[in-house]
Amino acid sequence: MSELNLLKSLDYSVLQQCMHCGMCLPTCPTYDETKFERSSPRGRIRLMREVADGRLDVTETFAEEMSYCLGCLACTTACPAGVDYGTLLENARGEVERRGVIGGPARRLFRWANLSVLFRHPRLMRAVGRSLWLYQKLGVQSALRKLGVMKLLPQQLRVMEAATPTVVAPFSNARIKRIEMPAAPAKYRVALLTGCVQDLLFSPINRATADVLLANGCEVVTPRLQYCCGSLHAHNGELELARDLARKNLDLYDVEKFDAIISNAGGCGSHLKKYAELLHHDSQYHARAVAWDRKVRDVSEWLVEIGCRAPQSAAGGVRVTYDASCHLLHGQKIAAQPLALLKLLPGVDLVPLAESDWCCGSAGVYSITQPEQSAKLLGRKLEHIAATGASVLASGNPGCLMQIENGMRRDPRLAHVRACHPVELLAEAYRREASRIGPGGAE
Amino acid sequence: MSQTVVSLAEELAQELGVDRVLTAAEDLAVYAYDGTAALRQNPACVVFPLTTAEVAFCVQTARRHRAPIVTRGSGTGLSGGSVPMEGALVVCLNRMDRIIELDPRNLTIEVEAGCITQTIDETAGKHGLFYPPDPGSRKISTIGGNVAENSGGLRGLKYGVTRDYVMGLEAVLASGEVVWLGNKCVKDVAGYNLRDLFVGSEGTLGIVTRVLLKLVPLPQARKTMLASYTTLEAAGETVSNIIAAKIIPCTLEFLDQQTIRCVEDFAHVGLPTEAAAVLIMETDGHPHVVAEEAAAMAAIASACGAISVRTAADDAEANKLLSARRAAFSALARVRPTTILEDVTVPRSELAGMVAFIAASAAKHGLQIGTFGHMGDGNLHPTYLTDERNADEMHRVELSLAEIVDRTLAVGGTITGEHGVGLAKKPYLKQQLGDNSYQLLKLVKGALDPDGLLNPGKIFE
Ligand SMILES: Cc1cc2nc3c(=O)[nH]c(=O)nc-3n(C[C@H](O)[C@H](O)[C@H](O)COP(=O)(O)OP(=O)(O)OC[C@H]3O[C@@H](n4cnc5c(N)ncnc54)[C@H](O)[C@@H]3O)c2cc1C
Ligand code: SF4
Ligand code: SF4
Repeated sequence: MSELNLLKSLDYSVLQQCMHCGMCLPTCPTYDETKFERSSPRGRIRLMREVADGRLDVTETFAEEMSYCLGCLACTTACPAGVDYGTLLENARGEVERRGVIGGPARRLFRWANLSVLFRHPRLMRAVGRSLWLYQKLGVQSALRKLGVMKLLPQQLRVMEAATPTVVAPFSNARIKRIEMPAAPAKYRVALLTGCVQDLLFSPINRATADVLLANGCEVVTPRLQYCCGSLHAHNGELELARDLARKNLDLYDVEKFDAIISNAGGCGSHLKKYAELLHHDSQYHARAVAWDRKVRDVSEWLVEIGCRAPQSAAGGVRVTYDASCHLLHGQKIAAQPLALLKLLPGVDLVPLAESDWCCGSAGVYSITQPEQSAKLLGRKLEHIAATGASVLASGNPGCLMQIENGMRRDPRLAHVRACHPVELLAEAYRREASRIGPGGAE
Repeated sequence: MSQTVVSLAEELAQELGVDRVLTAAEDLAVYAYDGTAALRQNPACVVFPLTTAEVAFCVQTARRHRAPIVTRGSGTGLSGGSVPMEGALVVCLNRMDRIIELDPRNLTIEVEAGCITQTIDETAGKHGLFYPPDPGSRKISTIGGNVAENSGGLRGLKYGVTRDYVMGLEAVLASGEVVWLGNKCVKDVAGYNLRDLFVGSEGTLGIVTRVLLKLVPLPQARKTMLASYTTLEAAGETVSNIIAAKIIPCTLEFLDQQTIRCVEDFAHVGLPTEAAAVLIMETDGHPHVVAEEAAAMAAIASACGAISVRTAADDAEANKLLSARRAAFSALARVRPTTILEDVTVPRSELAGMVAFIAASAAKHGLQIGTFGHMGDGNLHPTYLTDERNADEMHRVELSLAEIVDRTLAVGGTITGEHGVGLAKKPYLKQQLGDNSYQLLKLVKGALDPDGLLNPGKIFE
């Protein structure tokens, strides 16, 4: 079995590269919480190295520590040595899964249902999404909540139920045509990734993304049915499933025909840009994955690159604040672009958010696997949002939007604050502009 | 686990609770190291006291079990000071991190030993005050660790080192007794200065639990500049000439090309990656003086052959430049898997020659090296970029290190300017001090810790 040890299969110098300087410690939310070395990036890397060296077994404690890590990658931004913590963590989690050290049958069923079934089958996902939507629309959810039936659910499911986001139908396939052309002759041709969660819960963001791209001279190609990018799988140690999804997605596009492949979800984007690494040993797909990686852009990155046009219409006196999604900021190193887009909006008062670079506790499935720590981080985030006095919170990742929106809804100070993606604000401004300047010309 | 370890841990847990006493294999593995990656030894147990009384209890308990004690802050030390010895109890102070009192009338701040260095400066800043010592690790190092190592930093040239700011401290002795040394008086000559004895004692004389620090007024203005050179010697000469011109800037930091490239790779602050060396220079104080000194320094740099001298436009840019410099050591780890850092200081008149000697020694042994340092203090950090798995290469590193140490001592320098002796430097201490002084040090240690309980195996062979 030891030959298969995923941590051993890594290039050892990746593990060795951490030179224990501790520069990453102050940026790590889990170290901040416990002050225990093993809950720090440096400590976790040391544990991985001990496992790779065969000095430590993959124990339950090891597994818990890997699961306690948010995967927020703040440590990689802080690390001057350039340690690739994300890859190390994926492999460590992969090793934990492979060895099956944690989790009874319930955890396995849950993981299987989500990672192996739901997130791998977009049609099924939409079907589940549709019934979830109906269930919410018809008020069954609130009736059941009132009856207290939810208390009968096992703890993890209960947390999940409480956090069940509101599904927004219709989905992207009904909102966005397969090919849409801008009004003026197209300057660029881009593919739009509509995501899976994004598609279920935030399909208006997808529509807004398409609109903003169109307004900036892009022809937008959106395949009707897309696969989950596989980031949840990779981040949770299911590397084979992640590879399978990556191949399926690569099959959908003729990469050479596009100037860019646009993602509007920070978490997905950071994974989508690493297909080549994921498919490193796949002789059939690797070359295509390399080409793909070069074209994937976060929507804000792309818009800034092509010189996004400032909308003319003023919204007037709106105070907006921006929360950096971890995977956009630390994973993709995209810090300035979303802010640059927000600054283009006329009449918007952009106020800084304290600790905007600090995780909100959403972190993929973290709010389900580590509800306590997740809630603490969310509370901290809400405090900072309240301090800004903003009425709009913008962020570039559906997971974060879901988590923060969920928290704000239950917080009387913040119940009125709107959570949205920066491109939604841009799209709205363009729309206002179109309706004012209209075919008649003047306002 | 041996019987004594079990009962030591049990006794501690009974008093402090199981959450604050760690014995799991996973925990021991991560308290085996500090910032010196090559040294490693698992302790027997790790404990997190929250008060001085609890620290004293830990010492007394360890005493009864004859367990060696290693005090630990954040483990960023670079001489192996907090690397445990076998069977040791690690007393980790990082949770004792309260600010106890900021006294603006006496310009002092009293903090617990686990307080993070940067937090102290930021707290002082809110009152228009300033805590100058700023080791590169200031974001995470603890003041206890700074006191124990007498840490220097980027501003050491003008403001001095940690010792110059410690007015008083509380320590738990090897006997378990608690002492306060020093006070808020600017002048005090009552008895031996034992306070200073504890500063730089590397956890071998007592566990520091509280520190009373001197603060200074926040300088009104500062100017930060970046000078680039085509030769190492020209940078060295600039430093010598600035000092000779009787200017004491607050910062004169040196980076060689290897270091510039690694730092730029990480921080993207626009360092000139083709330059053979750069100096980061900063002057602070009254706006007039700052303007004058900055102009004079820029002129000296140009006269010494700097190809460009750039001034940071604002505080944000200056801070970026300085934090980039603070990342130098860690950034060098980008090149090869193992980085081995030296910490030699020479009289400033010897700097240019020393820089050249280091480069030549590395070349002679076929080694890759990056050199940076607090050049204004004469404190250099030549850093070998190696792979610990290559035995032959490691042997050559040793040869080169010994050469550098010999040369340092020959020109009247010291084997460590700020990181301490710890495990890494103990073979050289006697060489520097000579027999008599070395024995005197041992006498002091024997008087305060007769049973050799506190951080045994450090400093002395
Ligand atoms: C990237 C980087 C940059 C650095 N830059 C500098 C620099 O510019 N200047 C500089 O001087 N150093 C520098 N250092 C070295 C290091 O940060 C300092 O030595 C620092 O003071 C160590 O603090 P710590 O809390 O991490 O202590 P630790 O590493 O935990 O301990 C260091 C030593 O102090 C002892 N000790 C710790 N706390 C106490 C206490 N409360 N009472 C008694 N003994 C104690 C330990 O036993 C050990 O011997 C740097 C290190 C890194 C990794
Ligand atoms: S900053 Fe990087 S090299 Fe330093 S301890 Fe953290 S992971 Fe390791
Ligand atoms: S990913 Fe986030 S939580 Fe995990 S070690 Fe890095 S900083 Fe800490």
